[in-house]
Amino acid sequence: MAAYRRPGTLAEALALLAAAPTEQGAPLLLAGGTDIYPARAAAAAWLRDAPRPVLDLSGIAGMGAIEDTGGHHRIGAGVTWAMLRDQPLPPWFTALRDAARQVGGMQVQARGTLLGNLCNASPAADGVPPLLALDAEVELASLRGTRRLPLGDFLLGYRRTALAPDEIATAVLVPKPEGSARSGFLKLGARAYLVISIVMVAGVVEAAAGRIIRARLAVGACSAVAQRLPTLEAALAGLPLADAAAMVETAHLATLSPIDDMRATAEYRRHATLVLLRRLLAGLAAPEALAA
Amino acid sequence: MSAPPLTLTVNGTPRAVVAPPETRLSAVLRDGLGLTGTKTGCDAGDCGACTVLLRGAPVCACLVPLAQAAGGAVLTVEGLAAMPLGAALQAAFLHHGAAQCGICTPGMLLAAMALLEATPRPDEAAAMEALGGVLCRCTGYRKILEAVCDAHRFLGTPPVPASGAVGARLPRIDGPAKLTGAALYGADAAPADALWLRPIRSPHAHARFRLGDCAPLLARHPGLHRVLTAADVPGRNGFGIYPDIKDQPVFCDGVVRYRGDCVAALVGERAAVEAVRAEELPLEWEVLPPLSDPEAALAAAPLHPRWPDNVLTTGRVVSGDATAALAGSAHLAEGAWQTGFVEHAYIEPEAGWAQRVGTRIEVFATTQAPYMDLEEVAGVLGIPHDAVRIIPSACGGGFGGKLDVSVQPMLAIAAWLLRRPVRAAWSRAESMASSTKRHPSRITARAGCDAAGRLTGFAFEGIFDTGAYASWGPTVAGRVPVHAMGPYRVPSVATRARAVFTHQPPSGAFRGFGVPQAAIAQEALWDQLADAVGLDRLEFRALNALRAGDTTATGQVLTQSVGLVACLDALRPRWQALRAEAAARNTRGGPRRHGVGIACMWYGIGNTGMSNPSTMRVTLGPEGLVFHNGAVDIGQGSTTVLLQIVAEALGLRTEDFTLVLGDTDLTADAGKTSASRQTFVSGRAAQEAGAALRQAILLRANAGEDAHLRLEGSRLFVDGRELALDGVLEGIGRFDPPTVPLDADGQGIPYATYGFAAQVAALSVDTELGTVRLERIVAAHDVGRAINPTLVEGQIHGGIAQGIGLALMEEYLPGRTENLHDYLIPTTGDVPEIECILVEDPEALGPYGAKGIGEPALVPTAPAIFSAIRDATGVTITQAPALPHRVLAAIAEASR
Repeated sequence: MAAYRRPGTLAEALALLAAAPTEQGAPLLLAGGTDIYPARAAAAAWLRDAPRPVLDLSGIAGMGAIEDTGGHHRIGAGVTWAMLRDQPLPPWFTALRDAARQVGGMQVQARGTLLGNLCNASPAADGVPPLLALDAEVELASLRGTRRLPLGDFLLGYRRTALAPDEIATAVLVPKPEGSARSGFLKLGARAYLVISIVMVAGVVEAAAGRIIRARLAVGACSAVAQRLPTLEAALAGLPLADAAAMVETAHLATLSPIDDMRATAEYRRHATLVLLRRLLAGLAAPEALAA
Repeated sequence: MSAPPLTLTVNGTPRAVVAPPETRLSAVLRDGLGLTGTKTGCDAGDCGACTVLLRGAPVCACLVPLAQAAGGAVLTVEGLAAMPLGAALQAAFLHHGAAQCGICTPGMLLAAMALLEATPRPDEAAAMEALGGVLCRCTGYRKILEAVCDAHRFLGTPPVPASGAVGARLPRIDGPAKLTGAALYGADAAPADALWLRPIRSPHAHARFRLGDCAPLLARHPGLHRVLTAADVPGRNGFGIYPDIKDQPVFCDGVVRYRGDCVAALVGERAAVEAVRAEELPLEWEVLPPLSDPEAALAAAPLHPRWPDNVLTTGRVVSGDATAALAGSAHLAEGAWQTGFVEHAYIEPEAGWAQRVGTRIEVFATTQAPYMDLEEVAGVLGIPHDAVRIIPSACGGGFGGKLDVSVQPMLAIAAWLLRRPVRAAWSRAESMASSTKRHPSRITARAGCDAAGRLTGFAFEGIFDTGAYASWGPTVAGRVPVHAMGPYRVPSVATRARAVFTHQPPSGAFRGFGVPQAAIAQEALWDQLADAVGLDRLEFRALNALRAGDTTATGQVLTQSVGLVACLDALRPRWQALRAEAAARNTRGGPRRHGVGIACMWYGIGNTGMSNPSTMRVTLGPEGLVFHNGAVDIGQGSTTVLLQIVAEALGLRTEDFTLVLGDTDLTADAGKTSASRQTFVSGRAAQEAGAALRQAILLRANAGEDAHLRLEGSRLFVDGRELALDGVLEGIGRFDPPTVPLDADGQGIPYATYGFAAQVAALSVDTELGTVRLERIVAAHDVGRAINPTLVEGQIHGGIAQGIGLALMEEYLPGRTENLHDYLIPTTGDVPEIECILVEDPEALGPYGAKGIGEPALVPTAPAIFSAIRDATGVTITQAPALPHRVLAAIAEASR
C-alpha cells in the first residue's frame, strides 16, 4: 500500500487494509486526525517519528450520519463531536452531547470523530463513559465479514482495543432504552476548556413513577479503561430516584484503579468520583440542578 | 511525490498545491502558498493559533491532511480584510487592544468569524465558548471577548482618527500588521534556499555521551550537509546572561546536564534533517543519576567545578536585628511554601534564520534582547561585535523567556561555517524542554507585629532551583531578598535567597524574577497576623504600607511616587462590597464557599543596583521624521508608548513619524525588554530625544519654547512659517536610572523607582472537590502615569492571567508536561471579569511621570487568590499550583 490512501468506499478500504504489509506496523487509520497528528508531533520532537502508511477513512461515502434504525441509533465512523453536539437526539444522549461539547475546543469538535476517540482508547476518552452507560456496541468490518462487540469488550486496556489489523470500526450502535430515560455527564478538570479530565462520570437512568427501573453508571479516567459500576447499579434498582445520590458509597468504587499523575492523586480521583456520582444522580433526579 | 496537484480555494482564489496528501494544511498554507499569517504554535491542536475556516468550520490547520482539505474553501487571516465582517472584526480588535504580541490573533480572529457568521451579536458566554480553543498568553482574553462582542458596531464604520497624545488610547501602531497576518515572526521569513537546522537534544537529565563517526549518517541522507558539534564552535562554546558566566554550551562536550540540553545539530535540506531518526545517530549514552532536589544539591557533587557547593548566587538584605524583633513581637506568624517550574508558554516557539554576509553575520530571530543576542553571537563565533547584526522578528510572546538566546548561536555557527542561509523553528516540545522556566522555590518565612498590628520584623529564607545553567539565576537571587518583605514598613529584616544548581531545565527570567514566588509567602503571613491582631486584612496592609518619606530595608529613602496607600484607598469600597456579598452567599450553605482575598506588591523598575541605560534617536531631514527605536515590542506595546512619548516631547503628531525598529545596525542599544523597564527607561530616553530635536529646531528657527510645530510631508513649519531643512537634524536621548549597588548586607539603592499595586480576588471553592472558581479581580496599580491606558490595562489583564496560571494550574514537569495539553495555561473561561483602577502618583524621573507595569501586574494575583481561598475555607495554600487535589487535601488536613 502506498504511504497514503483515501478510498471512496468501505470495500476498497477493507481491501487495501487486508493487502497491506504489516512489517512496518499496520496502516494508521485516519479520520479527523486529532490524535494522529499530535502523536506524530510529540514523537518527531525527539526524532522518533517512524513513518507509517496512512489509510484515510474520511472519503468513504455514507459514514457521516446518525441514523435511527428502529431498535438502535447508529452513529457512523465519520460522525464528529460537532455533529453529536448540534444534532437533535433523544434525552438518553444528553451525556454524550455534554461530553462532545467539552472535548477540546470548537476546532477539535469539528474534526474529531467519536469512533476515533474509541479506537484511540485513552483512559480519559470522553466518549467512552457515556457510551458504556448506554450499552453501546462497536461495529467492526473486514473482508472476513462484520461483527459487533459490546464497547466494554472492544476496549482491552490502556490504548488497546480488539480491532484486528484488517478491521475498520464502522459504527457505534446505541440501543434504545425501555420507556423514558435521562442521562448526564460530569467532567472534572483543572481549567475551563481544552482539558483532559481528572475524573468523569456518565449515567443513564430509566425511571417510572419516580422509581429507578435501571441505572447505568460509568466512570472514566479512574482505570486503564473506563468502567461501569455494576454493584452500585444493582443497589439503585427499584429505589426512589430522589434517594439515589445518598446511596453512593466508597465500596461501590472498589473496582476502580485510579493512578497518581500530574493531574491528581489516586486518592483524590476516588473521592472526586464519589462526589461526582452523587451530584450526577441528584441532577438526574432534578435535571435543572445538573445544569447549574 | 509525483502526485497530481490538489486544489484548494483559499480566500476565494483557487490554488493548486503539490505536496504529499498527508501534509498538514498549516504547512501547505505557510510553506506551499506563502500565507504565513496562519501561525503554528504546537502542531497538536492544543493552542488553536493555526485556526482557519475549512468549509466554514473552524479547524486547527495543523490537524488537517491536505487531502481532506482538497476541493474545499479555506479562509485565512489574509482573507479577512476583504470581507465586511472580517474588516469589522479587525477594527474591533484594534480599537479594544485585543492583540498584543499578535501570535494568537489570526486564530482568534478566525474562531470569532465562525461565531459571528452564525451569531452577529454574541454575548460574552458565547464568545468565551467559541474562542475556548485558542490559547492567548498575553491578553488575559478580556479585551478579545470585548472586541468580538462589539464587532458588529464596526461594520461599515470608517475608523475614527485617534489622538496620539500622552494619556490617549492610541491603537497600537503594530496592530494592523498583526491583524492582517502581515507581521513577520521568527518562523515567517527566510530565503527559499535556506538550509534547515535541527538540534539533537538529550532525553536524559544527566549523562555522559560519545558522538561517533557521523560519516555513515551523512552518506545515508544525501540532503544532510553537516552534523555540528562542540568541536565546530568557532569561538567560545558557551553563552549566558552575565559577562563572566558563559556556562551553557551551545553543544555539550561529553556531558549533558538536563533533559533538553543540546548535543549536536543536523543541518541540511529540510526533508533530509526531518528524516533522521534517533536510532540512526552514532550516540552512546552513559546515563548518570540526576540531582533534581535543590536542597539535596547543596550537599552533593557539583554540576560545575566553579561552584563547589552548587550555590550559584546568594542574595541577602539585613537591616536591624530581625531575630530580636521577632522575639519581642506581640504576634508571630510563620510558614513554609513551595512553587514549581512555570513555563513561559509563549505561543510562538523559538525560530529564526541567519546568513553570512562577507565577514559579517546577520541573525533574524524572535528575541527580547537584540544587543545581548549580538554579544552572544559574537562570542560563539569569535568575531568582533561590529561584525554581528541582529534583526528582531515580530516577537510572539516573551515574558522573560526570550531574553536568553535560543536559535541564535546555532544558526549563526551553521550559517558562518556553511556559508548558506540557515533557518530553524523549534517544535513545541523542543521549546518546552529546552527553554528556561520560572524558578521553583522553597521558602520559609516568619513575621511579627506589635499589639496594634504594626510590623516589627521579617525573616525569609528561599532556595531557588536554578537548574543546570546560570541564566538569570543571579538576578533572581538578588531581587528576591530586596522585595521579599513586600511594600511595607518593616523595621528589622533578614532575608536570604540562594540560587542552587540541579539537573533540571535552566531557570531564568520570568515576569517578576522570583518576586511572585516570594509574595505568596509574604502576603500569607500578613493574613495570619491581621487575624491574630483582629484587624481587617486590607486595613492591616494599609497600616503598614510604605509611604513617601519611608526608608526601605535596603536603606533607600522613598521620597515620592509611592502610590500604595492610594491603591488601597481605591480598593476599599470594592473590598467591602465583595466581602459583604461573599458573606451573604455563604449564609445559604452548601459545599461552595465564597471568599475574598487581597495582596499588595512592589516592584523595582530596571536592573538591581546596576546600570541599564537606553538610547533613543530621532531625526528630521530629507527622509522625513524618523524615530530610531531599539526597544523590542514583545506585545506589551513599547513601540506605541515610546512613539507617544517622543511625539509629545517633540510637539509633532504620532502619524508624522516613520519608525525604524530594533535592527542593531540601525538603532542604538535600548537595553533588553525586561524588568518592566521600557516605559520608564527607554521612555525617558525617548522623551529626551524628542526634547533634544525640538531644541535643535527651535534654535534654528529662533523660536520660543512654546512654539507650535507642524509637519507636512518633509516640510516643517514652526509657528506657521516653513523652516528650511538642508541637512538632518537629530535628537538623541539617553537615560540610565540612578542606582547604588547593594553591599554585603544588601544596603544601597537598588532601583530608581518602584511600581506599587494591590489586587482583590473574589472566588468560590467547591469544598467537596477542591476546585476554585474565580469570580472577579479588582486591580489597583500605581503606574505613575498611564501613557496609554488601553495598553496598561492590557498588561494588567495579561499579568493577572499568568498569575491565575501560577496559582491554580501551571506546573512544568520535565518529560511529562512538554505539550500544551498536559501543561495547562488559562483559557478564555479561566479569567474572570477584571476591574482595573489606574493610580497615577507621578515619578519625577519617569517620562511624564510614568513607571513600569509589565511585571507588577502578575505579582499580587496568586497571593490574592490564596488569600481568598483561605477566606473561603480557612486553609492556607502552601504549594502552588493549588490543583484541586491539593486544595482538597489542605481542607481535609485542616478539618482533622
